[in-house]
Amino acid sequence: MKGCIRPGRHRKLDPAVRWAPSKYDTMNQFKGEALSWELNSGVIELALHREPANEIGSLTLGELEKFAAALEKLQAHAHALIIYSTLRSGFCAGADLRELYRGTQRISKAEAIAGVRDFLERIHRVLNAIDGSPLTTIAAVHGVTFGGGFELALVCDLIIADKMARFCFPELRLGLIPGFGGIPRLKRDLGNGVIRDLLLTGRSFSASKAHAVGLVSQLAAEGEVLRVARSTATQLGKFDRETSIAAKRFIKPIPHEELRREIDIFCDLFTRPAVEAGLKKFVESTEAQPYLP
Amino acid sequence: MRTQDQTLDEILNLAATHFKVSREKLTPDDDFFKTLGIDSLQALDLLTRLENHFSVELPDYELQGVSDFRTLAGRIQARL
Repeated sequence: MKGCIRPGRHRKLDPAVRWAPSKYDTMNQFKGEALSWELNSGVIELALHREPANEIGSLTLGELEKFAAALEKLQAHAHALIIYSTLRSGFCAGADLRELYRGTQRISKAEAIAGVRDFLERIHRVLNAIDGSPLTTIAAVHGVTFGGGFELALVCDLIIADKMARFCFPELRLGLIPGFGGIPRLKRDLGNGVIRDLLLTGRSFSASKAHAVGLVSQLAAEGEVLRVARSTATQLGKFDRETSIAAKRFIKPIPHEELRREIDIFCDLFTRPAVEAGLKKFVESTEAQPYLP
Repeated sequence: MRTQDQTLDEILNLAATHFKVSREKLTPDDDFFKTLGIDSLQALDLLTRLENHFSVELPDYELQGVSDFRTLAGRIQARL
């Protein structure tokens, strides 16, 4: 099936790469309902596989938190992390808006906002853990890489994209801004004009466009993105770890203050009736192109 | 530079090839969602293929409400 990405199995061990000691064996692999991970030859591969399009709701968040906890120990025995999706639809369509809409329907406004803030703070902790990890991290993306999925890719050091991937921040159609750290991390990586284009028009960028503006570091042929990411991860393993960690810390600070402000702005905007109307429209939409802003 | 008819013809050829539909079954005024049997995600896939084929950027909002090949060709032609 063209464009479909399947996880590889049992790659040969490279004796030059450190291997996890047996006491961490139980953490080397995890298979959940929304995601799985495996440490092999110094590379952690985090696979997203929640149908239909890896929407990030409470289930995925819970498993991401497990991953973040495991990462603290796993990263001592690895040099790289690859995040990818096994689903044909794409890398990740973003936050689970249906869960958000339904979850905020039968509770008070104050409770809804408190719930949203709690969710955002939890996802920020996970994403900050990946962002600040001493590993060199790669998002291997294909297909839909929208909203929160785009933000998950943005925490990684490198984005490698299938040439059919598309990137988009459609949040403004809901009366919101991206809430998983998207704007501060885009500001870290790109010029302000490109960010305004993405954010204020809500249009999607092709992988070629994203590559041209410097968001994507490498383009892969259709269905080849995981292979290209693995090849890159192998290369990363050749470098002295201390040097790679020092280089990453020097060049990639986490914009903590702006990330905090983003949560506050998101929660302020969330109180307005326009947001409920936008969510309702999306959830109940029967339009042929509901993804369009 | 391509004429709009050439653009339309290339779109029909590309759609027929990628979505494995007989070229003879496609006409300019077809609703491509119905004729190709595609959903919104596959429409996004078609958009990317068209952008790559014609080397244009086609903002999603220009496709809002567009469902036939002829109008699609007009949108692309305006950016060639």
